Amino acid sequence: MTTTEDRPATRPAPAQRRQRGGAGWLSGRAVALVLGALVMLFPLYWMLVTAFSGGGALTSGPLRFWPEEPTLDGFRRAFELLPFGTFYLNSLAIAVVAMALSVTLNLLAGYVLAKYRFRGRQAVFVVILSTLMIPVQVVMIPQFQLVAGLGWVDSYWAVIVPRAAEAFGIFLCRQFMLGIPDEVLEAARLDGAGHLRVFWSVVLPMSRPLIAVLVILTFMYRWNEFAWPLIVLNDQALFTVPIGLAFLQGEYGTDYPALMGMALLSTLPILAVFAVFQRQFVEGVARSGLR
Amino acid sequence: MTTAAPAAVTAPVPDPPRSRTGRSGAWRESAAAWGLLSPNLLVFGVFLLLPLIATVWLSLYSSSGFGPREFVGADNYTELAGDSTFWRSALNTGVYALLTVPLSLVLGLGVALAINKPLRGRGFLRAVYYVPYVISGVVIAIAGRWIFNENVGVVNRLLRSVGMDGIAWQSDGTAAMVSLVLISVWTKVGFCMVVYLAGLQSIPAEYLEAAQMDGAGRWSRLWYVVVPLLKPTTVFLVVLGVIESFQVFDIVYVLTGGGPGNSTEMLVTYAYAEGFDARRQGYAATIGVVTYLVIAVLTALWWRRQKATEAEQ
Repeated sequence: MTTTEDRPATRPAPAQRRQRGGAGWLSGRAVALVLGALVMLFPLYWMLVTAFSGGGALTSGPLRFWPEEPTLDGFRRAFELLPFGTFYLNSLAIAVVAMALSVTLNLLAGYVLAKYRFRGRQAVFVVILSTLMIPVQVVMIPQFQLVAGLGWVDSYWAVIVPRAAEAFGIFLCRQFMLGIPDEVLEAARLDGAGHLRVFWSVVLPMSRPLIAVLVILTFMYRWNEFAWPLIVLNDQALFTVPIGLAFLQGEYGTDYPALMGMALLSTLPILAVFAVFQRQFVEGVARSGLR
Repeated sequence: MTTAAPAAVTAPVPDPPRSRTGRSGAWRESAAAWGLLSPNLLVFGVFLLLPLIATVWLSLYSSSGFGPREFVGADNYTELAGDSTFWRSALNTGVYALLTVPLSLVLGLGVALAINKPLRGRGFLRAVYYVPYVISGVVIAIAGRWIFNENVGVVNRLLRSVGMDGIAWQSDGTAAMVSLVLISVWTKVGFCMVVYLAGLQSIPAEYLEAAQMDGAGRWSRLWYVVVPLLKPTTVFLVVLGVIESFQVFDIVYVLTGGGPGNSTEMLVTYAYAEGFDARRQGYAATIGVVTYLVIAVLTALWWRRQKATEAEQ
């Protein structure tokens, strides 16, 4: 899914290269970029080295930049210390359901806010916008009391439902759908299509890039989310992966191979999605409002 | 970097025409709109707006979460005004923003400029710079604790191996803040790069060619042409970066827990500690109200900028 313009088209002919300011600049720039990339990668590489090392070699003796005797013990221990298998299933269930629910709701809301004229539209939009950047810590106490009142503490619903309508997603959808031509919607309506029908068979097919971005970003946000699940999930059987990781850090903070192994493993799903949908990721984030 | 999306996002905002003429048509459209909005508004209203209002209300009470709450009027606000930990966390949040935002912007712009020209492996390099942004705060903080561990971490071992003293990343407040800033910048550079790349692509090549014709060197082209043209992008990144600084929780909570002392305590981590550790819920709500006011003002600034950008195009 990488863009074509990333590669061959941009490779200049030698003559062009000289014209652009000389080989010195070009190679200096390339060296700087690669050095910077090595700095960016080093923490991840060091996590990898740690994860595959035995504990002792990491903290004493000479500093080595590769695992002396590569071992999977760290990973094995992490799964023994805490039920990470369960945590992964919890995270996956929560991320998938929350993503499906919130993508549906936000697409609908974004469509209405972009394409319908009605009294109160501006007011609704401003209210949603004013909460776009709100940190969970601002509202966490009443939110928690509400969820507790519903009897949802220590359930998936506590994590999923309060996040189903998100200013970020609504905003992204509205901005995108402003660009859908009114004539197309008009034509569908004149053909006798109802509101939901227009949404389903005209708006959604035109919104594929948006939906890809929403699905990916929402999945990532839910997968990585920490503060709110920390507040509403106390039962270890319901922990998500980030909560489990923080717990592992708190209880076994010096078992570095286990910590780094599990930390890396928890990142793999996101890295895989990122590798496949890099373009949507990058574009979606660059434009989630945005610029 | 172009699909159907970009043009749409930046398009001006015309009022859609009424689909049907006459009152009943308008009424029907309104009804449909509210109908389609209702599931969203229900969740939004119940789980976000209601708690937001309740936060303001709760800030006028003293409450532990158990037993009756007691109305205390503006007492929480008075206490907040004289609370040195609150001011310390406000200061820390400000310092954090003041360091992370310019650093990640400058580095992000540098990488964007370097990567915006033909280069083998460009897509891969871009991904490398961007990857930290998709990793969860908890993972980043756990890795940060290990890498910056003042006894056995790789940073201090490297420093010692070249004959320097290790830095007291955990026991010294300033060093702890520096490690927090470094880690945060690491996560944000890629994001700034991507947004700047989008900005760079909107600069017409003729501008740069014209400047070159006039004899402008590489640096003066950068300073007098590129940087001014990128101003909307920069303003956007600054405002968003400052807002994000007010939201930074996961990394701080796991990396330093606000310590040592309260030298890395942020407004949101302080609110969390007051609300759920000290169980002073009214007071935590008060911190929340103040934080929200700051963020609301910043969001308004950002939105004005956003609309101005839309109008320009």
